[in-house]
Amino acid sequence: MPTVGVNRDKLFEKLGKVYTDEEFDHLCFEYGIELDDVTSEKEMLRKELASTVAKGGDSKLAAEAAAASEEVIYKIDIPANRYDMLCVEGIARALNIFRGTQSSPRYHLADMTGKQVLQMVVKPETALVRPFVVCAVLRGIKFDPARYNSFIDLQDKLHQNLCRQRTLVAIGTHDLSTIQGPFTYEALPPGEIKFVPLKQTREFNSKELMQFYLENDQKLKKFVPIIHSSVVYPVLYDANRVVLSLPPIINGAHSAITLNTQDVFIECTATDLTKAKVVLNTVVTMFAEYASTPFTVEPVEVVDALGNRTLYPDLSYRSLTLTTDYVNSLLGLQLPGEEIVKLLTKMQLAADLGPDGKELLVQVPPTRSDILHACDVAEDVAIAHGYNNIPKRIPATTTQGRELPLNQLTELLRAEIAMSGFTEVLTWALVSHAENFEFMRRPDDGITAVEIGNPATADFEVCRTSLLSSALKTLAANKDNALPIKLFEVSDAIVLDPSKSVGARNERRLVAVFCAKESGFEVIHGLLNRVMEVLGVPFKEDPATAGSPVTYHWSPSADPAMFPGRQAAIFTGDTQVGVFGIVHPEVLAAFEVPYPVSALELNLEPFVFNQFYESLLEPLST
Amino acid sequence: MADLETSLLQALHAQEVIADSGDLAKSLGVEHIVLVGTIRSLQASEMITAEDIDHFRYVLTDEAQGYLTAGSPEAQVFNAVPAGEGITLAELKARVSGEAGDVGFKQAMQQRWLALDKSDVGEPRVVRKVDAIVDRTQQLLADVAGGRELPKAEAESLAKKRKLIKPEQWKTYKLTKGPKFALERKKPATDLTFEMMSKGTWRMQEFKDYNFNALGVPPPSGQLHPLLKVRSQFRKIFTQMGFEEMPTNQYVESSFWNFDALFQPQQHPARDAHDTFFLTKPASTPAGRGVDNDYLNRVKSVHEMGGYGSVGYGYSWKLAESEKNLLRTHTTAVSSRMLYRLANQPGGFKPAKYFSIDRVFRNEQVDRTHLAEFHQVEGLVCDKGLTLGDLIGVLNQFFSRLGLKKLRFKPAFNPYTEPSMEIFSYSEQLGKWMEVGNSGMFRPEMLRPMGLPEDVNVIAWGLSLERPTMILYGIDNIRDLFGHKVSLSMVRKNPLCRLGL
Repeated sequence: MPTVGVNRDKLFEKLGKVYTDEEFDHLCFEYGIELDDVTSEKEMLRKELASTVAKGGDSKLAAEAAAASEEVIYKIDIPANRYDMLCVEGIARALNIFRGTQSSPRYHLADMTGKQVLQMVVKPETALVRPFVVCAVLRGIKFDPARYNSFIDLQDKLHQNLCRQRTLVAIGTHDLSTIQGPFTYEALPPGEIKFVPLKQTREFNSKELMQFYLENDQKLKKFVPIIHSSVVYPVLYDANRVVLSLPPIINGAHSAITLNTQDVFIECTATDLTKAKVVLNTVVTMFAEYASTPFTVEPVEVVDALGNRTLYPDLSYRSLTLTTDYVNSLLGLQLPGEEIVKLLTKMQLAADLGPDGKELLVQVPPTRSDILHACDVAEDVAIAHGYNNIPKRIPATTTQGRELPLNQLTELLRAEIAMSGFTEVLTWALVSHAENFEFMRRPDDGITAVEIGNPATADFEVCRTSLLSSALKTLAANKDNALPIKLFEVSDAIVLDPSKSVGARNERRLVAVFCAKESGFEVIHGLLNRVMEVLGVPFKEDPATAGSPVTYHWSPSADPAMFPGRQAAIFTGDTQVGVFGIVHPEVLAAFEVPYPVSALELNLEPFVFNQFYESLLEPLST
Repeated sequence: MADLETSLLQALHAQEVIADSGDLAKSLGVEHIVLVGTIRSLQASEMITAEDIDHFRYVLTDEAQGYLTAGSPEAQVFNAVPAGEGITLAELKARVSGEAGDVGFKQAMQQRWLALDKSDVGEPRVVRKVDAIVDRTQQLLADVAGGRELPKAEAESLAKKRKLIKPEQWKTYKLTKGPKFALERKKPATDLTFEMMSKGTWRMQEFKDYNFNALGVPPPSGQLHPLLKVRSQFRKIFTQMGFEEMPTNQYVESSFWNFDALFQPQQHPARDAHDTFFLTKPASTPAGRGVDNDYLNRVKSVHEMGGYGSVGYGYSWKLAESEKNLLRTHTTAVSSRMLYRLANQPGGFKPAKYFSIDRVFRNEQVDRTHLAEFHQVEGLVCDKGLTLGDLIGVLNQFFSRLGLKKLRFKPAFNPYTEPSMEIFSYSEQLGKWMEVGNSGMFRPEMLRPMGLPEDVNVIAWGLSLERPTMILYGIDNIRDLFGHKVSLSMVRKNPLCRLGL
C-alpha cells in the first residue's frame, strides 16, 4: 500500500476546512484511506538522525534536521489501485467530491481545430527494448514550489508502484519551449547516443553513462539493469536531434522543467501499453488542474512503427451499464435508483438512470482505472453509503460443520501426548540445508527436500523433511531448563513427490524427544507404545489382538541420525512409518545439545482412519 | 542422632545443669559441632534452654606448624651460620632457603644474633654475634600448640606481625532444662499415615503446624502450546457455525492457484521475489497437471481482456509465470482450489461454508513482529444471493465469539475481493480501534471462470492466528511464541484459552 506524505495545511487549504487529526482520521476511515502518521520534515530527519547515533551521528543530517521545516505532514496510506490519489491534488479532489464540496471535473482534450498537433514518431527498433510510448502536453501550467514538488513526487510514486520501478513504464517531463516537434522515439546502439543528462554538465555517450551511474549514483544505478544488456537503448529526440530522455534512466538536461516552465511535454515509454496509458492519464488529469484552461489536455499524435496514428492521452469516459438490482443485491440494500446516482457522484462516477428506473449508465472517468467491473461500482456505492450503515444479515446457507479427519486426529493425539507428560512446541517448516542434512548426518540425495530459490534469510533454504531437527534446535535453545526435558510436536514435514501435480506433498508427523543425563530410550519406546495404544493399533506380536486389520512392530534400523544399535524402524504392515532410538552424539554436537536425547518420529497419515479402519485421507490435489 | 539426643537428655536429667556442652561432647566422644544440631532441635521444642558460652584461643597457622620441630626461622638461620669466620650471604641462602631464610635472617639480625662483617676485602660475611641463643618463638608456638595461654603482647606480635598464629572463636552452651523437658521427645507428626490409621495412634498424635504460605508440588504433566490452544478454540467456533475444514496440508503451490486463479495480475508486487518464496525444486507445476485446459484459458482471457462484465487488466498473460512453484502466500490458494472443485463437482454446485487455519509463507526478515511463516485463519461462505450485509452479519457472529463485540468496517483494496473491508474492533482495554482482519466478496473475474453460477457470491475473511494469541497471552515478541527460540516456561505456564463462547 503506497504512503503519500502531504503538507497538512496545504491539504486543508484545498479542502477549505481545518480538521483536527481525529476528524481527519475519521474522514479517511470512511473513504478507505488511512491517516498513518502525523509528522514533519524536521521530525522525520530527527528520527533518521537518531538511528545514526549508534554510528556516531551524522553531522550533515543534523544540519539538515536543524534547518528543516516544522510544517505538519500527514502520511496517508492509499489503496494500491487508486493511482489518482498519489498526490495532494488527487487526495483533495477525491475528498472534496466525496464531501460534496466540489463536483467532478470533466477531463477533455483541447480543441486542436486549426492548430498543429505535435507528433511522436516511433521507430521499429524500439520493439527490441521498450516498444511503447504515449505523450501529452499541459499548457499554461502555473508552478510554485509546492506544486512543482508535488509534480515530481507524483512521478516518483507512480514509478515505485504502477510502473514497477520503471520496468513497465517510465515518465519523462520536459519544458516544451526548449524543444521542437515532431519528436522521434528510437532505439540506437548505446555508443551512438550522446547528450548532457540531467544534473550533469558534460556530454556522455549512453554506454559510459550507464557505467557512470553504476559507479556513482545510488538512486539511478538500480534502474541501469533494465536496459544495460540490450543491444540498443531507447531514446527520444526532438526535430533538432536534441535528446529528450534516455528512458527509463534519465532525462536530458536541455529540456528540464523549472518553476518557470509553462508548457509541459510528458512522455511515458513502456513495455506495457495499458499501464503507460494509465500513468499518462494520471499525471495529466492531476496537474491539468493548474493548466490555463483547467482540466484540458493538449493531445499528441503517436505514429507507431506500422504507420498507425493514435491520439494520446485517451481521456474517453468508459460506459458501464449495470442495474440497481445488481447493486442492491450485492450489498444487501434497497436503495432507489436516484439515491444510487447521488452516491456515485460522491465517488467521481457520473451515472444516468434509465427510463425503467433500474438501469444505470455509469461514465467511468479516465482517473478511475481501478473500475474494471460493475462490482467496483457497487463497492463505491457502499463506500458512499457508508459500510457501517449497511444492515447486518445472517446467510440462510445451511451446512454441516466438519473437521478435516487428519486435523481431528492431530487434535486428539496432541492432547493424549500432553497427558503423557510431554510439552508441546511449535517450530518452523523452513530450515537451513545443513540443519536438514549435514547436522543430521543424513546425506542429501537430491530427491527429498523442497528447495527455496530466493530466501531473504539464509536460515531458510529448504523445507524440513523431518521434524526432529526442529525439536533438537528447541532443546538447544532451552539448555538451562531442568532435566529431563520432554517435548513433542505434531506438524507437517514436506517431501518431494513426483506423483503429485505440484511435485511435493506435506506429511503429518509426530516428533517427541526426551533429554536428560541418561538417554531415556525406554521413555520414548513407552511413548510409542502409548501412542499406538490410543490409535487402536496393536503390537503385531501380541497374541490377544490376532486378526486386527492394522498392527505395528519395530525392527533394528540404520538411520545415520541415530546411534548404531540403539534404534529401530517402526512398521505397520510392510511400510516403514517412523523411527525411534537414541540420537547420534554427532548430531547432538552439531545442534549443540550437551545431553543424551532419545527421539521418536512417526508418520501419522497411515493412521487417519475411522472406527472401521477405513482411511479418511482427503488430499487437496492429486 | 536419636542416641545423642537421648544421651544429652539423660545427662541433663542426672546433672540438672550442664555447665559446658563442650565437655559433654568430649565425654560422649563426638565433635561439638555434631552436638549443636541436637541442642538447637531440643531448644526449638522448648525441651532445654541453652545459654551461649563464648570461647577464644590462638591456633598455629600452616606456616608455623613447620617451625614446631625445625625451630623458628631465625633459629634455623643462626644455626646455619658456623661460629668463627661465618659464611657468605649466598652460602647462607643456600643453606636456609625460601621464606624461612629471608625472614629468619631479618629476625636474627634484629635480635642481634648475627652481624654482617664487611672488614675483609671481597664479599661481606655473616658472623655470629652471640655464642648461643634461646628460641623463644619456638617455645611460644609450642605453648599455643599445647593449648597454653601466651602473654598478650607476644601473642599479638606473633598473630599480627609474623602471622604465625591466628585467633579462633567458637561457642559452646550452658544447658538447663526447658519448660517441656522430658527424657524422650514427642515428635509432632508431619503427615497422617496409613500406620497411624491402622493402629489408631493418630488420636494421641501431635501434628506439626502446617505452613499455609508454601506452594504445593507441581503435578507431573505435559502442556499444550498456547497458539495451538487458540487454534483449537477457533476450530470449534467454525465447526459450531457450520463450517467445513479445508485440506490445507499442502504448502507447495503453483502460482496459478496462489495468484492467477485469484485474478491477481502477473506484475503484482506480491508476485515479486522480495515477498514470495519461489522454489527451485520442484520449480514448476506444468499447466497440464491438475488444471483443466478450458479453465486455464478462461483465466488467461479474463486477465488479458476481461469478460463476465469486466475489462480485465489488458496485459499479455504468461503461462510460464503461472507455472512457477512457490510456498503458498495465503490459504486462499486452497480456497480457490476448493471453489473450483465446488463448481465442477458431480451433481453441480452446492452451497458451502469452508474454513482453514494453517501456515502461510512470506519472504521477510524475521523480527519482533514478523516471521517468514505464520498461521492464517480463513473463513468463507459460498451461496446464491449472498450480500455485503451477510458478510457483515457473519463477521459480527464470528468476532463476538472471540469477545470482540464492537466492530466497524473500513473500505480497503484487495486484488481478488470487491467490495473489500478491513475489520476493526474497539478494544475496551486499550481504549482504541484495532485492525483485526480483512474481508470481502470474491470478484466475479475469479469465480466465473471457475464455472460457478452467475448468482453465486462468496463472502470471505481472514486474520492471523498469532496476533490475537499474542494479545491474549501478553506476548510482545512473536519469536517467543512460534519457532525454536520459544520459552518453554511460557508454554508450561499459560492459562486456558477460553475463547469461543
